[in-house]
Amino acid sequence: MPDAHLKVFRGRPGEPSEFVDFDVPVEEGMVVLDALHWIQGHRAPDLAVRWNCKAAKCGSCGAEVNGRPSLTCKTRLSDFDLDEPITVEPMRAFPLIKDLVTDVSWNYAVNRTITPFTPPENLPQEQWRWQQRDVDRVQEFRKCIECFLCQDVCHVLRNHETERAFMGPRFLIRVASLEMHPIDQVDRRQYLKDSGGIGYCNITKCCTEVCPEHIKITDNGIIPLKERVADAYYDPLQWAWRKLRGREATGAGTELPVLPAPVGAPPPPAAATTPTDATATESAPAQTAEPAAAGTGPARPPRRVRTTKSARQTAGRKDAARAPRGRRDGGAG
Amino acid sequence: MAISGFETHVHDVLVVGAGGAGLRAAIEARARGASVGLVCKSLLGKAHTVMAEGGAAAALAHVAPDDNWKVHFRDTMVGGKLLNHPRMAQLHALEAPDRIRELELWGAVFDRTADGRISQRPFGGHTYPRLAHVGDRTGLEMMRTLQDKAVHSDVDVYMECTITHLITGPGRIMGAFGYWRVTGEPVLFPAKAVVLATGGIGKAYEVTSNSWEYSGDGHALAYLAGAELIDMEFVQFHPTGMVWPPGVRGLLVTEAVRGEGGILRNKDGERFMWKYLPEDRRQEYAATDEEAERWVEVTAQGRSSEARRPPELSTRDNVSRAIYTEVKEGRGSPHGGVYLDISYLPAEHIRRKLPSMFDQFKELADVDITRGPMEVGPTTHYVMGGVRVDAETGATTVPGLFAAGEVAGGMHGANRLGGNSLSDLLVFGARTGAGAAAYAARNAASAYVDPSQAYRAARQLSAPLEREDGEDAYAIQRDLQAMMQSLVGIFREEADLREALGRLTDLETRWQSIKVTGGRMYNPGWNLVFELRNLLTVSRAVTLSALQRTESRGAHSRVDYPEQDDRNWGVINSVICRGPDGAMMVARSGVPPMASELRGLLGAAH
Amino acid sequence: MTSIAPPAAQLDRPASPARPPASPIKPTGTARQGLFATRRPDAWWIEPTIVAIGFGAFILYSLFSSLVWEPVFHVPYEAQGYLSPFFSPLIKPDWLPWWFSPAILILWIPLGFRTTCYYYRKAYYRAYFVDPPACAVGEPTIHSRYRLEAAFPFILQNIHRYFLYLAFIPLFFLWLDAFLALRQEGVWRIGVIGALMFLNVALLTGYSLSCHSFRHVIGGKMDCFSCSRGALLRYRAWERATWLNIHHLRWAWASLISVAVTDLLIRLLAIGVIGDPALRF
Ligand code: SF4
Ligand code: SF4
Ligand code: FES
Ligand code: FES
Repeated sequence: MPDAHLKVFRGRPGEPSEFVDFDVPVEEGMVVLDALHWIQGHRAPDLAVRWNCKAAKCGSCGAEVNGRPSLTCKTRLSDFDLDEPITVEPMRAFPLIKDLVTDVSWNYAVNRTITPFTPPENLPQEQWRWQQRDVDRVQEFRKCIECFLCQDVCHVLRNHETERAFMGPRFLIRVASLEMHPIDQVDRRQYLKDSGGIGYCNITKCCTEVCPEHIKITDNGIIPLKERVADAYYDPLQWAWRKLRGREATGAGTELPVLPAPVGAPPPPAAATTPTDATATESAPAQTAEPAAAGTGPARPPRRVRTTKSARQTAGRKDAARAPRGRRDGGAG
Repeated sequence: MAISGFETHVHDVLVVGAGGAGLRAAIEARARGASVGLVCKSLLGKAHTVMAEGGAAAALAHVAPDDNWKVHFRDTMVGGKLLNHPRMAQLHALEAPDRIRELELWGAVFDRTADGRISQRPFGGHTYPRLAHVGDRTGLEMMRTLQDKAVHSDVDVYMECTITHLITGPGRIMGAFGYWRVTGEPVLFPAKAVVLATGGIGKAYEVTSNSWEYSGDGHALAYLAGAELIDMEFVQFHPTGMVWPPGVRGLLVTEAVRGEGGILRNKDGERFMWKYLPEDRRQEYAATDEEAERWVEVTAQGRSSEARRPPELSTRDNVSRAIYTEVKEGRGSPHGGVYLDISYLPAEHIRRKLPSMFDQFKELADVDITRGPMEVGPTTHYVMGGVRVDAETGATTVPGLFAAGEVAGGMHGANRLGGNSLSDLLVFGARTGAGAAAYAARNAASAYVDPSQAYRAARQLSAPLEREDGEDAYAIQRDLQAMMQSLVGIFREEADLREALGRLTDLETRWQSIKVTGGRMYNPGWNLVFELRNLLTVSRAVTLSALQRTESRGAHSRVDYPEQDDRNWGVINSVICRGPDGAMMVARSGVPPMASELRGLLGAAH
Repeated sequence: MTSIAPPAAQLDRPASPARPPASPIKPTGTARQGLFATRRPDAWWIEPTIVAIGFGAFILYSLFSSLVWEPVFHVPYEAQGYLSPFFSPLIKPDWLPWWFSPAILILWIPLGFRTTCYYYRKAYYRAYFVDPPACAVGEPTIHSRYRLEAAFPFILQNIHRYFLYLAFIPLFFLWLDAFLALRQEGVWRIGVIGALMFLNVALLTGYSLSCHSFRHVIGGKMDCFSCSRGALLRYRAWERATWLNIHHLRWAWASLISVAVTDLLIRLLAIGVIGDPALRF
């Protein structure tokens, strides 16, 4: 087989960088990362490459191959015309550390700002019941291997200065995985709009194009989130309706997951029995105290409420109205 | 506590390794009030745990109502050929269900049963469907959950930092020394307790499913600090790794493929596993193709079946040997493997249950597994052996040093059942975190780092950079891997093992004179130097232990001693420790005695 | 540890839940800036070019057809009982001046619907705004104040769902037109243009039902699909909508072309360039 000609970016911040040519012998099924390893093992032992699994499972080895953000361990040399040189350069949206390694710590900082999964307090875990169809949607987002290729390709992070932060597609779908979780109780829509900068995304879908896990980031994650944010902030009728009902944005799907028993299966234990009702109703007043503290930034995030002023005033009522609702649904089943 | 010239971070508990066990230990120690530092060689969330596919074994009894911890305990012990630390196996079986439920409470999204609970899938060696799973990326799901939990519980994370030395004080551990991979600058972590959670040793072999991080760091660090290693001869070869194309050789093909009904055939189309079922357990497996097929059908619907499981779900050691034998006797596929076929199931079902396997073969090998068979062969996967620990707390034989997960030994005996490692790292991760926090609380005086140790470590660290001329680290690694693959592989023999010891001595000598070019900044060649030290150490430990055990048991197969020798070896663990002269010694010790009620459980099995 | 402090420094303290990302707002990378700057050797420019030409052609044609063709050139938008889709429902009070095309009263609905459509947004942001022209391809300048859909005017894209609701009105009339055109002057007929009208309205329906907002409203907004019987029904609807939605791009193009072709053929029929082969009974 012929040799592959790689042009590999080498450099460090503050020093002139260059593309260095390497001819690499090709074996069948070889991927770009194999070629880089060969270079490390035979030509340039100090070539900095980040990788772990070489199985497209850890998301460490992202780089731009012929200008396209790709996982080098999943990009086969046979996909290229081997007569032409193949350029390999680091992910360009992040600060350079050395050669193909970039500083992606910013992403970890963004992740920390997302309120983690918060289950309902009045529904003990033994009673959690939900179906595969409820988790399928969330599981798609949870396939993410955090390669940050979508962050790299997103033009908002790559090409623009913005006044406020944009969390980027990776973290939009992370929020989506929490928001669409069947029983998560936090409303992150204000966070999405104000801190996450979801409005900066112009749904041009480059994130979806590069995602090695084939997550439909834009169609299944970002657009539904934009719709949810629109529910809360850009829908005059829904706004008027809420005003009329005297309720703040209740968020989507606030029902508690008390299932009607599927045909042929034993009934879920005790989910809809009177003792549970009692707890639900009793705990309602206690919950009203929590949102009041939300503005002062408690370590534990409030239940699914928005922390705007009006939310604080009405959330208690909403919660009080909600607990019996879960009961009703359960009772119906 | 600062020594001039070193960046220093002081903690009560320092966890080395941020895979499942490390994260779980850090979370637990933090929850118990210790200040916790978590150091990892790569970025957070990239650890090898993300590659675990099949699931985490726990007797939740969601799918099979008859399942309980006693059956799980028995399966584990039987799978481990009774060499397991019985108390560890017991704790593991007892606590795994709670650890799994706890993950769900922290946000993990497992696949569901029809009545809306965590679903469980069957796996080799498990009597009942027992593996809580998320498609075929269970490890990733666990990692993300634990990672987020850790990040939100105020654990200090030090990413891309390699620990090269443990600092000891009089009779106990005092912290760790390492360097930032990015800058190459040394860094000191004085700590009252150190938890090793560094994973396995797969990179000692050429064909392995393990990532580069699996260089036996924890094993070697513990050994050098004076701790004992046990059972090091037991290296698990996973029966199904990819064999073609060469670039992906060894890449894991999850056991879930067989759990979902995958059938192994040789080049003549023969379902050869029927021939290799161990006589004494044959009654646990289906008697005919029809029965196996019925089992697959019923299990696919998430119900438990009266049919018995297919022969492919025999224990890993057994399947690996079967495949190896088929290939060696000339009935293998063109690229030296056998065929694993799941394409007789509906394509839709395969794609839903095994999405990443589908992608992996499609993208890396141009094989559509819904249409045709995969080619598979054994690949180095896991090391059962590891640092000897106390079952309750994960404490090693060195005070203040703890170990959890793959780096700890004893739990799995001579062979690990699939799915037991994910639950192992949760159960013992948590226990070890608690143990380390308690130890730190008991030893309130802060750690004292002897400056001379730090300076010596720093000198050793820089030495390869300063040599004028010397050996190439990559070349040594290639030689080591090739040597281990051929001489200390699936089947072992005294002559080979002796030769391996000799070659190890050569390699160790060459290691002394490694020369690294290219400076300190993010230099993988330099990072390899200390990984090689660790790999050489564990390779010797594996070889010595393998030489000592003159029988075949579980994952350890001696051509010259093909029988299991219960009389001489039935209750003996091999022990590796550092002799008074600094050379590695191998010894034996009895398997910890089993409480009588546990023995009763096993009796029922036979 | 000098400049690369983040791993430790950024992860050491817990962030309060709603705090925006710690500084910096975004990472400062090394991407080459400037229009079309890229190292991609493939023909990334083909797609945006096709889109730009296709949309441009349609916009010009539809403007000409709906505003100019009849008033200026006296080519009617109705022929043998077939009404051009640009003009349905036909609202034509007598006091309308001659130059005022009745299409204006209607056309803003589909126009607004398509302008705020998530697919069209992607397509024209890429093709016309070059923001970005293609993935990992540079943009004209580094926008110092990029705000796009976070600020006026593009923030108005969020009212897409209202255009969806409105779009069902002309859609209803288009179905009506198609059925009415089956019978002309007391005779049943199945003509080529009649069939085209059905095809057109079917494609338009597919386009509307594959809309992202529809998918959201119909069920996507729920978190739990099995928490009540009603939820289960909506789940089924959401599943269908998802199935349609996957091909939203194709629906968008197919219906765009079918509208223009239907209009064109009706005009040609009106001036007698073509006939309307039909089964009559
Ligand atoms: S769709 Fe949005 S998030 Fe994705 S790349 Fe485009 S602008 Fe970025
Ligand atoms: S969403 Fe896809 S591209 Fe983005 S980080 Fe995750 S796996 Fe990578
Ligand atoms: S090395 Fe793990 S994804 Fe490429
Ligand atoms: S019409 Fe395209 S998204 Fe609504």
